[in-house]
Amino acid sequence: MKSLEELKAIREKMKNQVGLRNETSDQTRIVVGMATCGIASGARPVLTAFSNLVQEKKLENTVVTQTGCIGLCQYEPIVEIYEPGKDKVTYIEMTAEKAKEVVEKHLVGKLVVSKYTINEGGK
Amino acid sequence: MMTELSLNVLDIAENSIRANASLIEILIDINRSLDRLTIIIKDNGCGMSEDQIASVTDPFFTTRTTRNVGLGIPFFKMAAELSGGEFSITSNIGIGTTTKASFLLSSIDRVPLGDINCTIHTLITFNSSVDFIYTYRFNEKQFILDTREFREILGNIPFNTPDVSIFINDFLKTNKEEIDQGISI
Repeated sequence: MKSLEELKAIREKMKNQVGLRNETSDQTRIVVGMATCGIASGARPVLTAFSNLVQEKKLENTVVTQTGCIGLCQYEPIVEIYEPGKDKVTYIEMTAEKAKEVVEKHLVGKLVVSKYTINEGGK
Repeated sequence: MMTELSLNVLDIAENSIRANASLIEILIDINRSLDRLTIIIKDNGCGMSEDQIASVTDPFFTTRTTRNVGLGIPFFKMAAELSGGEFSITSNIGIGTTTKASFLLSSIDRVPLGDINCTIHTLITFNSSVDFIYTYRFNEKQFILDTREFREILGNIPFNTPDVSIFINDFLKTNKEEIDQGISI
């Protein structure tokens, strides 16, 4: 059975770090819809993908969170991106592969992937 | 319907979180000799009234305002009953809600359990202030993940900190494999 010893080591390691990140208003938020509609259409892998990619690319001041039903169930999985000072971008029918593209082109490259947004894809 | 029961578990546990639960207990119990898979999700959230409990399995009942359809509980109930199992949901206002679904393991109409570790990991790391007691039981063996024990060691280090998140994944994976040899349920 795996024991909790490693957690003690993690605690020690983090004691020396300067301070833990707190929520501030100048954060970029990646909000994934996780209501029944979202979960049923594949939101869990999208959430995992964004979470892993944000860590991998070491994106600063960026959090991945969940939300409930947005009211556009037919377009789920939906991901809303809030960047400080910019309009919200709503991506629809997301997959883990599209998540990778969005992180690379939009979050890192600063160019919205319009073809995946609700304006281009939705009615 | 969901493609795997682990998604139903994620869905129902999200209800518990929305009910402001501070402690959510999830039991996955696989018993080959009884040919049963039992899933129990118990929370200490705000609970429901008698009227709400009576309506909660109705797909046209929901507390959200964006749609007038609430399929989470009906989906879970249907999955259990289609496999020849049972479903029950009990609740008390101010105390909490317990959802219990049982499935016939061998039924051809039983949806696979799927990636339950991913569901538990997602729940824990995205809801760092909520405590979870997760028990995975396979025949006579079991392991328990109790986030209160993790919290005692970690203090206020959130569970979505990369090192902790990786540890939780590892913990779930290693312990589950040890008791069920990586079998697909």
